[in-house]
Amino acid sequence: MTQAEALKEYLLRLADSDMILGQRLSELCGKAPALEEELALMNVALDLIGQARNWYEYAAELIDDGRDADKLAFRRDAHDFRNLLLTEQPNEDYAVTMGRQFFFDAWHYFTLKSLTGSSDERIASIAAKAVKEATYHLRRSSEWVKRLGDGTEESHRRMQDAVDILWRFTGELITPDDTDRVMAEAGIGPNPDQLAEDWRGMVNEVLTQATLTPGAEDAWMYMGGKHGEHTEHLGFILAEMQFLQRAYPDATTW
Amino acid sequence: MPQHGDSDSRSAVDILIASDRVPANARPDLLTENDIWALLEEVKDPEVPAVSVVELGIVRAVRWDGKTLSIDVTPTYSGCPATELIEELIAEAMRAAGFRDPEINQVLTPAWTTDWITDEGKEKLRAFGIAPPEGSSSKMSLLGESDVIACPHCGSKDTERVSEFGSTACKALYRCKECLEPFDYFKCI
Repeated sequence: MTQAEALKEYLLRLADSDMILGQRLSELCGKAPALEEELALMNVALDLIGQARNWYEYAAELIDDGRDADKLAFRRDAHDFRNLLLTEQPNEDYAVTMGRQFFFDAWHYFTLKSLTGSSDERIASIAAKAVKEATYHLRRSSEWVKRLGDGTEESHRRMQDAVDILWRFTGELITPDDTDRVMAEAGIGPNPDQLAEDWRGMVNEVLTQATLTPGAEDAWMYMGGKHGEHTEHLGFILAEMQFLQRAYPDATTW
Repeated sequence: MPQHGDSDSRSAVDILIASDRVPANARPDLLTENDIWALLEEVKDPEVPAVSVVELGIVRAVRWDGKTLSIDVTPTYSGCPATELIEELIAEAMRAAGFRDPEINQVLTPAWTTDWITDEGKEKLRAFGIAPPEGSSSKMSLLGESDVIACPHCGSKDTERVSEFGSTACKALYRCKECLEPFDYFKCI
């Protein structure tokens, strides 16, 4: 794999993970458990979709086949999506929603922090903007994990269930493949070992404070999102997310 | 836009159509970059109309060589939905001043920080009922508690955070325990 190929692939991963999680969170618009939570969830979603656009725009320039950011987001099919499997998992109860967010935010924060020092200037500038937002996201989701984990018997049970359900999708966050390695060697992407160490450190610290038990480090993990092999959920997300652009291609009036 | 002497009674469509026309008697060639900064002071943030785009620190550069006008603008947040509207409002104000094809560029580096909000802008935010950002963005802690935020209505420091996010991504929701009023806090980033 050449560095140029890896870069396009890597940008799509960043873009797609932001986009799909942003879409998932948006499903809670009008349905969140409290008004303040709804405001927060929608703002996090907005940040993620804004970041996705920045990554898509750069990816579109490099792919250079006439597709723009909108076409990359709304006209590709599930097997072309490179998002982490974690981001496409359903919202379920609030423990799962916030657990998913926490595992993602911890990965996102350390990834973006590292990318601010990327040898690719465009990536560094997008990351410098995004990491400020991700810091807020991580602070918020970690507070929820602690509050629910160290809360009532019922909230603890649910939060532990959420950790157990989601754990199988976390290996993908910190297991590098060829693309990740090529990016790291070029000084563009994060060092995979450092990322894994940082992520584990943060997750262990927060789960411990939350009186929760993390899954086993050698647990069997679902992986494949980064290569376009998705769980059954992604197709349904795309059906809703892409409907308008599929039904009315290139519609520009809203 | 009212600040350019337009009548408020015109419809939005009329204003948009009119905004694409450059006034016949305009002489942009007589304007300096300082004049252009003064014109930009009249362009208000659509979400926070109390402050101008200059006071918010989102206009980063103005270049005018007598032929081409180029203005750099930076978004506050990656997903800020007002970014495009702000760019359009700036372009509109420039066309109204006689600039035929103003170039509005979006720049991401260096990333916007609340430190760029001018002191005057912070005072206007407070007067508008929004607590301005406290302290420097570099002090933002990852997992720690946030600073003490004074209520913009009564000045009390006995306030509590209701939500990390408020009516827009750039704000958090607070409540004053003294005067019991809720208020927005412009977050420090």
